[in-house]
Amino acid sequence: MISKINGFTIKYAKVNDDGTLDYEDFESKFSSKTKLASLSQVSNVSGVINDVKRIAKVAHENGALMLVDGAQSVPHMPVDVRDLDVDFLAFSGHKMLGPTGIGALYGKKSLLETMAPFQGGGEMIKDVIFNQKTGRCGIDWNEPPWKFEAGTPNICGGVALMEAVKYLENIGMSEVLKHEKMLTEYAVKTMQSCCTKLVLYGTSDPALKCGIMPFGIAGLSSHDVALFLDNYGIMVRSGFHCAQPLHQVFKLQSSARASFYIYNTREEIDRFVEVLQEIEKF
Amino acid sequence: MATVEDYVARIEETCGEEKSAVVTFKYNKKDEAIAKIMKKAELKNSLSGIIFELFFQGTSFRMFSSGKVVFKGIKSKEAVHDILAALLL
Repeated sequence: MISKINGFTIKYAKVNDDGTLDYEDFESKFSSKTKLASLSQVSNVSGVINDVKRIAKVAHENGALMLVDGAQSVPHMPVDVRDLDVDFLAFSGHKMLGPTGIGALYGKKSLLETMAPFQGGGEMIKDVIFNQKTGRCGIDWNEPPWKFEAGTPNICGGVALMEAVKYLENIGMSEVLKHEKMLTEYAVKTMQSCCTKLVLYGTSDPALKCGIMPFGIAGLSSHDVALFLDNYGIMVRSGFHCAQPLHQVFKLQSSARASFYIYNTREEIDRFVEVLQEIEKF
Repeated sequence: MATVEDYVARIEETCGEEKSAVVTFKYNKKDEAIAKIMKKAELKNSLSGIIFELFFQGTSFRMFSSGKVVFKGIKSKEAVHDILAALLL
């Protein structure tokens, strides 16, 4: 959207057949003209965990900034923006037990201080002084983050998101990751051994991914699978998952996607696989 | 006089699946809608009383006992509306 307004060029990096990032291709896209590199830390389609630190290093070597989509990583694993040395990182409340309609954008303070506000309103102005000589007003912007938080904020959402953060921190993000790894390993093993018409898309190596399982069943569309599972109270996502180009790479019309979180259990995966075995009879 | 809208809550075009459409019946009318469709369309296959593969006037589709119908490769929402009118009215 911004490229249409500003006219800059976007270059896209390739992924390998298993959904992992082609790092050499990504790194080959940098030039002295590169302003910003952007990458999802975890793919919302394949669950693949990308080495953000590696790409951030290359970005900085080329004088570019690094923006990370952390919507699928922040809720599921420890994320240290200082260690990754990323310039910006965004995440969403609704994927981490928080409310919808709120998220956060981390930015390095030194960068935020140089940036102009994108929106006007209360709280983002420090001073407005009328100059008698010029007949114009001079404005001093407030300090970050207030400079970027114009108007009455989503207070309820902010309070609720903070509670979600506290809840997860109390569990410990390493524990969250450990639980999801256990479920992912178990799900891969069970789905592969118990289902005959099922295909897992992307890498099934639990070491390379989070608890996101894209799959298909021969002869059935992802929507058929999702609606069948729905009758058993099992929710999966079907379609493109807002990532049509990745489905083109996988040569898929669409995919069903199961995902796990801290509240899921091995018993639920057993039930999920039982229902998959049932629908395979269709 | 009954209309398709009496039975149908919404018709959504899916992402993927070559412009399929998912029809959701109104909750209080879904059993009646399912019964009407089962009466008019030819049953090709079914499983566990949940999913029904049906054929009607040259169109194959899958209906779910939860009150949803998936039409694959449909041209437009209007085309889905026309099939539903023939099935329900």
